[in-house]
Amino acid sequence: MIIGPIGFAAPWLLLALLALPILWIILRAVPPAPIRRRFPGVALLLGLKDDDSVTDRTPWWLLLLRMLAVAAVIIGLAGPVLNPQQDRQPGSGPVLIVMDGGWPGAQDWTSRAELADRLLAEAGREGRPTAILRLTAPEEAAFQSADLWRARIAGLAPQPWTPTADMIARATEVLPEGGFETLWFTDGLMIDGRDALLAALEARGPVRVFASGRSPVALLPAVYQDGALRLTARRAEAGAAQDLTIAAHGLDPSGTPRILANLPLRFETGETEALTEASLPAELRARITRFEIEGLRSAGAVALSDDSLSRREVALVAGREDREGLELLSPLHYLRQALAPNADLLEGGISDVLPANPDVIILADVATLSPSEEEALLEWTDAGGLLLRFAGPRLAASEVSRTEEHPLMPVRLRAGGRTVGGAMSWGDPKTLAAFPEDSPFFGLPIPDDVTVTAQVMAQPDPTLADRVIAQLTDGTPLVTRKPIGQGQVVLIHVTANAEWSSLPLSGLFVRMLDRLAVSSAGQGIDAADLEGTTWQPVTVLDGMGRVQDAQTLPGVDGAALLTGALGPDLRPGLYDGGERRLARNTVSADSVLQPASWPSRIPVEGLNRPEETPLTGWLLAAALALLLADVIASLALSGRLMGARAAVILLVAMSALPNDAAASDDFAIAATTELKLGHIVTGDPRLDETALAGLRGLSETLFFRTSVEPGAPMSVNLETDEIGLFPFLYWPVTPDQPTPSAEAYEKLNRYLRSGGMILFDTRDADVAGFGAASPNGRKLQQLAAPLDIPALEPIPEDHVITRTFYLLQDFPGRHTARDVWVEAAPADAEQIEGMPFRNLNDGVTPVVIGGNDWAAAWAMDERGNALYPVGRGFGGERQRELAFRFGVNLVMHVLTGNYKSDQVHVPALLDRLGQ
Amino acid sequence: MTQTQPLTLRARAEAEAARFPPLLARAEHLAGTVLLGEHGRRRAGQGDDFWQYRPVQQGDPVRMIDWRRSARGDTQFVREREWQIAQSVMLWVDQAASMRFSSDPNLPEKADRARLLALAIAVLLVRGGERVGLTGTTLPPRRGNAQLLRLAEMLSRDDDTDYGIPESRAMIPQARAMFVSDFLSDIAPIEAALTKAADRGVRGLLLQVLDPAEEAFPFQGRTIFQSVGGTLAHETLKAGDLRGRYLARLAERKAALADLCAATGWQYQCHHTDAAAQAALLWVWRALERGAGT
Repeated sequence: MIIGPIGFAAPWLLLALLALPILWIILRAVPPAPIRRRFPGVALLLGLKDDDSVTDRTPWWLLLLRMLAVAAVIIGLAGPVLNPQQDRQPGSGPVLIVMDGGWPGAQDWTSRAELADRLLAEAGREGRPTAILRLTAPEEAAFQSADLWRARIAGLAPQPWTPTADMIARATEVLPEGGFETLWFTDGLMIDGRDALLAALEARGPVRVFASGRSPVALLPAVYQDGALRLTARRAEAGAAQDLTIAAHGLDPSGTPRILANLPLRFETGETEALTEASLPAELRARITRFEIEGLRSAGAVALSDDSLSRREVALVAGREDREGLELLSPLHYLRQALAPNADLLEGGISDVLPANPDVIILADVATLSPSEEEALLEWTDAGGLLLRFAGPRLAASEVSRTEEHPLMPVRLRAGGRTVGGAMSWGDPKTLAAFPEDSPFFGLPIPDDVTVTAQVMAQPDPTLADRVIAQLTDGTPLVTRKPIGQGQVVLIHVTANAEWSSLPLSGLFVRMLDRLAVSSAGQGIDAADLEGTTWQPVTVLDGMGRVQDAQTLPGVDGAALLTGALGPDLRPGLYDGGERRLARNTVSADSVLQPASWPSRIPVEGLNRPEETPLTGWLLAAALALLLADVIASLALSGRLMGARAAVILLVAMSALPNDAAASDDFAIAATTELKLGHIVTGDPRLDETALAGLRGLSETLFFRTSVEPGAPMSVNLETDEIGLFPFLYWPVTPDQPTPSAEAYEKLNRYLRSGGMILFDTRDADVAGFGAASPNGRKLQQLAAPLDIPALEPIPEDHVITRTFYLLQDFPGRHTARDVWVEAAPADAEQIEGMPFRNLNDGVTPVVIGGNDWAAAWAMDERGNALYPVGRGFGGERQRELAFRFGVNLVMHVLTGNYKSDQVHVPALLDRLGQ
Repeated sequence: MTQTQPLTLRARAEAEAARFPPLLARAEHLAGTVLLGEHGRRRAGQGDDFWQYRPVQQGDPVRMIDWRRSARGDTQFVREREWQIAQSVMLWVDQAASMRFSSDPNLPEKADRARLLALAIAVLLVRGGERVGLTGTTLPPRRGNAQLLRLAEMLSRDDDTDYGIPESRAMIPQARAMFVSDFLSDIAPIEAALTKAADRGVRGLLLQVLDPAEEAFPFQGRTIFQSVGGTLAHETLKAGDLRGRYLARLAERKAALADLCAATGWQYQCHHTDAAAQAALLWVWRALERGAGT
C-alpha cells in the first residue's frame, strides 16, 4: 500500500490505529496511583482539603504523548518506506536475477550489488520469492525468500572471465521451473549464445535488463618491440575521448612493491583502441610484474607480465673463430640467428664475458680451457649459470673428459666420435627419437627432416641414463645434462652449425633452446611449443583485478594455457613452468570487445535509481524517545521526580557510559591526587588490616619527619586495580593467599621493570632463610617464581638504602632478623680511592625481601597509638623507632633513587667549580 | 536454657553497650568543641575561688578579715569567695516515632540529632560540675561521669508512641530544664507541661529539631502522608497545592512555641538536621549560661 511518498510493507497493521481512541478513554479513566510517604508533619496537614478534585486524571498532554508513542510503534511495525519504487506496477510471481558476473562488470560492481539488493528488498516487500543466477558460475538457483538472497549478495563477486557458450548452455539448463520475471544485469559485452538464453527467459516471463553507462575497458598484455614497451587498451564502445593512466607495478631494488612507471593512454574520439609506448631501461623493465589501468577495478584492466619482458643475456664463445671462413660455416651463425630476437648477445673470450655475468654461456666446440678460465666458469655455473656446450671436431679430437669426467662436461666421451650415413660409412643418417617424459623437451614435435650424420659419443657410465635428455633413434645420447650447484651444464653432441646435422636448420633447434631457457621466449610462443608441459599457477587475478596467491589451485596443461577459454579451471594469472614463467591474461591480443545490443522489445534500465528509505527504525526510535519523555513526565507529575533523579535518568538514557570505567577512574584519581603507599590484598582480613595500619603509621611518620607527605594508604587488589600508580607496594606473604593470575603477573612484571618497588615480608623473622622450611618461605618462592626479579644479595653495608635519610645498619620490624635482601650490586662495582662507598648500580632495587613483619611494627590506629607491642620496654620502643627509620629510608630510596649515592661526588663537583 | 541464657544475655548486653560509646563519644567530641570558660555563679558565696575583697561590715566575724590585704592600708577587708553550688539541669528528649525520620539517607534522624545535642550538653554540664538528669522520675539529676553513662542508656531507648509529650512531673523547683523535640504533636500538652514547669520556677529552653523536608515540603502529586508510627494518615490529590497552607501552619506552630516561651521566660530555638550540630550546641550552652544569672 502506498500513501503519498510512503509505502507500507504490512499495511494491515495500520488497522491497529483504530484502537487508539479506546486506549485514550481507558487511560483517561484511570488516575495515577498515589505514593505513600512517611511524614511526621502530617499532624499539621490534618484537616486540609484539596482545592479541586480534577487533577487526579492523567493530563491530556501526557495522554497525547503516550498515544503518539503507540501510534509510532504501530506505524513503524507496518514497515513504512519513503520513496518506494512506484514507477511500475508491483509484479507478482517469482523473480530471477540474472547476472553476467564477469570482469567487465567489476568496474561498477558496488552499484550493481546495491541495485540488486534494492530489487531484492522490493521483491521481499511484495512477498515474491527470488533467485540469483550468475552466468559466469551457473548453479541451480532455487526460489527462496528475498532476505536469504540479500544476505548472500555481499558474498557474490565478479569472476575474472566472461561467460562462455558452455556456461550459457549450462545456465539455460538450470533455469528454475515455472514462470518468473527476469531482471538481467548485463556487463555490457556480447556473450556467445545469449540470444538462446534470452529466448528461454522470455518464454518464462518478462525480461528487464540493467546496464551500466560505462563501457568496459581492457588492457592487452604488454609487448616488447623495437626497444620499446607497447601497451594497447581496448574499449567496447567508441565514445568520447578518454584519458587513462597505466601504472607499471613491480618491486623496487629493495624488494618493496611500488609503482615503477606511469604511462598516459588516450582513447581518441570514436576510437576503440589506444596505444602507448614507453622505453624503459632493461633492468627496470625486467622488474615489472603487472600493468594496471588506474582507477578501474577489473581483471580486464590488469595485464600481468612474465619473462617476455626481461631479456636474457647470452654469451657466445667459439673455439675457432674462423674469420676467413664462410659466414654460414661459422659455429655461431645459427645461434645468433636463433637467439637475437629474444636475447641480448655477448661475444668474446671467456675471461671477457664472465665479468658481465651473463645468464647463459654457450661454448661452441671449445675443447680445452685454461685452469683459471675453468675455475671461473665452474664458479659461475655453481652460482646458477647455464653452460651450454656444443660438440665439434675439436672436442671430438681432444682428450677432454676422456678417461675421467671433466667437471664442466656432463659425460665422458669416447675417442673420435662417430659418423653415420656419410660416403665413407655404413648406415643411414640417424633421426631423433621421441623425447622421454622427464625431458625438458617432452612434447616438442620432431620434424622428419632432422638428421644427424656425426656426433661425439658418450661413454656408458652408471650415471649416463639419468643425464640423457634427448637421444637418437638408435639410443645414442644427443643431449646430456648435469647439474652443478645451482646451475647446470648441457652438452649437445653435435655442432652448432649444420656441419654434423640438420638440427640447427630446423625450428626444433629454436624451441629446444627455448625449453632450455637459453632464450626467454614468450612472444610468438604458440601452443605447439608448450605441448606436454604442465604449468603451475603462482598468482591469479580475481574479478576485481586483485592479484592473489594461487594457493592450491591445480596446474594446467601447457597447450590449454595459451588457447583455452578462461574459466574456473583456467584462471588468469602467472604460471610457473619450472624454468620459465608465463602470464595468462584476461584479455589477449585477438580478443574483441563487442558491445551488447538488445532487441528493442527488452527494456534496458540504468543502474542508478532513487534511494528507498525504510522508516521503521526511525519511527521505533521516536516511539522509544516518546516513552522516555513519558517516564520523566509521569515521574514529575506524581512528585517522584527529584532534580538529581531526573539528571540520572537523562544521563542513563542519553549516554550509555559504562559505569565500571568511571569506577576505575575513581580508584586512579584517589591513588594519584596525593602520593600514596599501597599494600597488596592477601585475602586475610586481619593481615590486610594490619598492613593498612602499618602503612598508615609509616605515612604519618613520613609526613611528620620528611618532606614526603603521603595521603592515606590504599589497599591494592592485584587482579582488578592498576598498580602502576603506586611507587611502593607492601606485600605481606601468607601461606594461604591466592596466587595471582597470569594477567596480574604481567602487570607485576611491568611494574617492576618500570621502576616500582615491592617489599615482600614473610613475617616469620626469617627463621628459614627464605628456604622452603617455613610455609611463608615456600609461598614466597612460589609467588616470586614468575616475577622478573634480578639477582639478590643481603643489603651490603654501603647500600644506598642505609643512608637515604637515616644512617642505618639494622632493619628491624617486629622481629630483628638481620638479613634483608635487595638487588645485587654489579660484579664490577669498585670502591674508588678516597670514597666511602662503592660506585653502585643506578636505579632502585625492584624488590626488598625480608621477614621482619614491618607492618606490625609500623601499625598505628587513627590516634597515632601503636597497635602491636614491639620488644620489651624502652628497648622495644627503640626497635620500633628503627623500624620507622627503615621505612623512611625505604620510601626515600624509592622516591629519590641513588641520589644519596651521587652525593659522594659533591666534594669533587665543588672542587671543579673552583670553590 | 541454662547454657544459653548467660550467652544471650552477654550478647544482648554487648549489643546494648555498643550503642553507648559511639553516642557518648560523639557527644564528648561535640562537647570538646565548646571551651569551658569560668563557671561560677558570679556572686559571693560558698566556694573555693576568690571573688572579691569588700570592706568589713558590721557583724562580720573577725576571723573573716583578710589580714594580708588589710595590712596594706587602713581599711580592713574581708575576702569573699565565689558562690559555687551545683545547678540541676533536667533534660527531656522526645523519643517518639515521629523523631525517627530523615528525608535523605545523608541526613541523621531527628532523634539522633536530639540525643546527640542533649548528651553533649550533659557532658558539658557534668564537666562544669552541674547535676544533670531527666525529667520525670526515671533519672533524677546527679553529677559525675557515671550519670553520663546512665543518661546515654536512657536516651537510647526508643518510644513507641507516635508523638511525644513533654514529661513535666517531679520537676525540681528552681532548676533548669531543656526540652528537645520536633513539637509537631498537639500543642496543648506542650503548653500544659511548660506552664507547669514554669509554675515551679523552672527556667529552660525549647529546642525544636526539624528535618529540612518538614521545613520545605517538597512534595508533588497524589500522595498519602502517614506519620512514622502509622497512626495518622492524610491523602491528598495534589500535594504541591498543600505546600503554602502547610508552611503557614508550621510557622503558626513555631510562633505559638515562641510566644509560650516568651510568656514563661523560657527560650526557644529551631534547629534543622542539615545544619551543624555544633551551632545548636553553642546556642544551648549560651542559653543555659544566660539563664543562669537571672
